[in-house]
Amino acid sequence: MGRLFAIEIIYRGIFQKLLAGKISRAIVLAAHNEGKPGISFGRYGDSPERNGIPAKNFAIVGTDQITLEEGMAKYEPKEVDISIVVDDTLCKGVESWAWYGLQPANRLLKPNGTLLVTSKESPETLIAMTHRKEYPYKLSIVKGIPSFSGLWVYKDDHTDVRILGAIAKLLPELVSLESVKKMILDEWHDSLKVTSATRSYDRTSTVTVQPSQGNPEEPFKFEMPKWWEMRDGVTIPCIPQGKAMKDAETAKVGGWKPERNPTFKKYTTRTMRPVVNFDTCIKCTLCWLQCPDSCFDVTPEGLYDANMEACCGCGVCEAVCPVANCITMVNEAAFQNNASQWEAWKDNKTGYLKWLQEKIEQRPERSHGFRFRGQYAEQVPEMLQIAKDA
Amino acid sequence: MAQMLASLEQQVEQTALITGSEAVAVACKLADVDVITGYPIRPYDTVMQYVAKLVANGEMDCEYIVAESEHSQFEIVKHASAVGARVFCGSSGVGWMYAFEALTVTPALRIPMVAMVGNRALDDPGAFGVEHNDALAVRDLGWQLVWVDSAQEALDTALLAYRIAEDRRVFLPCAISCDGAFLTHSQALVKIPTREKVEAFLPRYNRGDLRLHPDNPITVAPQANEDWLMEIRRQGGAAMERSYTVIREAYEEFKKIFGRDYGNPFFEEYETQDADVVLVGMGTLSTPVKVAIRHMRKEGKKVGLVRLRWFRPFAAEELAKTLSRFSAVGVIDRDFSFGSPYGSGVLATEVRTAMYQASKRPPVCGFICGLGGREVTVEDVRKMSDIVYRAAEGKTQPLTQWIGLRE
Repeated sequence: MGRLFAIEIIYRGIFQKLLAGKISRAIVLAAHNEGKPGISFGRYGDSPERNGIPAKNFAIVGTDQITLEEGMAKYEPKEVDISIVVDDTLCKGVESWAWYGLQPANRLLKPNGTLLVTSKESPETLIAMTHRKEYPYKLSIVKGIPSFSGLWVYKDDHTDVRILGAIAKLLPELVSLESVKKMILDEWHDSLKVTSATRSYDRTSTVTVQPSQGNPEEPFKFEMPKWWEMRDGVTIPCIPQGKAMKDAETAKVGGWKPERNPTFKKYTTRTMRPVVNFDTCIKCTLCWLQCPDSCFDVTPEGLYDANMEACCGCGVCEAVCPVANCITMVNEAAFQNNASQWEAWKDNKTGYLKWLQEKIEQRPERSHGFRFRGQYAEQVPEMLQIAKDA
Repeated sequence: MAQMLASLEQQVEQTALITGSEAVAVACKLADVDVITGYPIRPYDTVMQYVAKLVANGEMDCEYIVAESEHSQFEIVKHASAVGARVFCGSSGVGWMYAFEALTVTPALRIPMVAMVGNRALDDPGAFGVEHNDALAVRDLGWQLVWVDSAQEALDTALLAYRIAEDRRVFLPCAISCDGAFLTHSQALVKIPTREKVEAFLPRYNRGDLRLHPDNPITVAPQANEDWLMEIRRQGGAAMERSYTVIREAYEEFKKIFGRDYGNPFFEEYETQDADVVLVGMGTLSTPVKVAIRHMRKEGKKVGLVRLRWFRPFAAEELAKTLSRFSAVGVIDRDFSFGSPYGSGVLATEVRTAMYQASKRPPVCGFICGLGGREVTVEDVRKMSDIVYRAAEGKTQPLTQWIGLRE
């Protein structure tokens, strides 16, 4: 038996589908240059994809056909050599629509495998976001803002080839830099891309993450019911309506907090989240009314608290808010938990305002979704500059 | 309204000269069906017309909706049933096929819809006559399928179908197949039971915890992936297994209340006690077969008939045990399955499958006969019986033969 390689690409549904598919195919084609057979596929169960929902692509390569078939005989690999995370906010975990609870981004990593992330953040920030593992693994960063585009749009910002260059450095047994270069020329006929891949190869470095480092949270566990334990008629009980909120300080009861799905949280479906300045809120209800996910809890005094169990980070609230700087979208990487902003504000109003200002400084490169024609093209020069400077 | 209806109610059992379709419509009235949808296609449309007439005459109180297509027709009753209404629907041939998406989702949601299929050949060519391929197309989807051969049996089976389908142990749809023309358009004398007896026989439909209602907030049919589907299929399979028991119980109760005894619910045996060979078939071809059997018996040929009523659930073990008693078996299919094992009809394939487990396996001759409403003649039956006799004598016969074909 020869050696089997498995690589997963964790990406944001729709926005990065084409990117993930390109990377996955490119790995297989590059390995093919060395006579290694391989396959590339997406996680079919996640289809149809939805905007921003975490999804996965896989590339499986064997040193020979028989070895490859060992890997093909599984629906998905049970362990991988490299987990590529093409949006750093996904380091917080993966919740696909069909999954049950939040699963670590590094769940499938082999001991000493590599988590390869495209990010502008420091290793420390990414390690803190990622779940702990019982054995050491490596973290490698391809410097750059997450490459987002539309489902049919190929955003030619070199993210794909830079990742390939990094793979050649991290796992030369899978593909050499020469094979990667040849593949790039065969596929894209673009020498600039070859330069980007080579630069990435030269600059890729790793840090080792110890079992003591990272988010200590226990990943969600779910017991699958037996067929005779399930309700019949393809029915599930509805989520109860919810109830009024209580102000811990004044004991005032009022407003409304809807009950939410106990297993499907949306902690990792967003790349950014709203922060709310409760002091300037005029209680116009627009954010609450327009939120497509009903994420706003109505507080007893009639304020609107974005609940992070339900927020997808779409930014509609920011767009409809008539007050300047009342609701601001902030990069998800800036947050360590999903706690209530309203409660923090009630607890310490000056402290909250300070926190709010700090967060607003980390306004993201707005990338979640399509806003105007030419948007993706506009972002490319900056991405290329980062690649050059990195 | 209720009072007016009560005054029109018959107090004693009556006999009426009605068609098979009319008999099913009368059963809908007796069962006090809540929601009925229709879309015209021959021969099913006769039921639709009779129901409309009953409603117009004030004899029946129900929501009667003429849909814009068969697909909507079946979807509407599916939803009505989900909120707790007793429903009736039906179609024929390609109309039934046009509803196919609705037909596939109905059993999975455990909707006890009762439908009448006026069996009709599938287009093309556009043909009105009977062929069983329309109803048989849903045989793998969780529908209970039953064939009847008289207007009386059509009425009785419709009442039985509600009782069986709406049993909480089952909750699966049931389609009653009535041969186009021979049954749907032929009037015969039918005993019409009183509403009182029907009420004693047929409990009200209670959807219980599956009822879609604000007081019982549930989500029906969410998207599910590979982690759930096998379990859902197994649940439907278990319901179909329970249907065997529920069918037996229902026929037993039917006999007690109405005094009509159908014997074994799953299949009727005619002149089988001392038979050397038997023919197996479904629907109205039983009449020419029975007549031919009488003629042949006078000549000393001991031929019998096994007329299958319930095709789903299929009483495989019981049927195999029965058919093992004879020296050879002939299966008459009023359908054809292209490219099937031995180029047979659907019924012959099922019978052979059932027989495989039997310790004694007589030869099984398959016949394709009476397609598109072509008459199955007494002479055809003689011909088939002769072939089966030859098989019984050990002379190898082709596994499938077309009877009544110009060749």
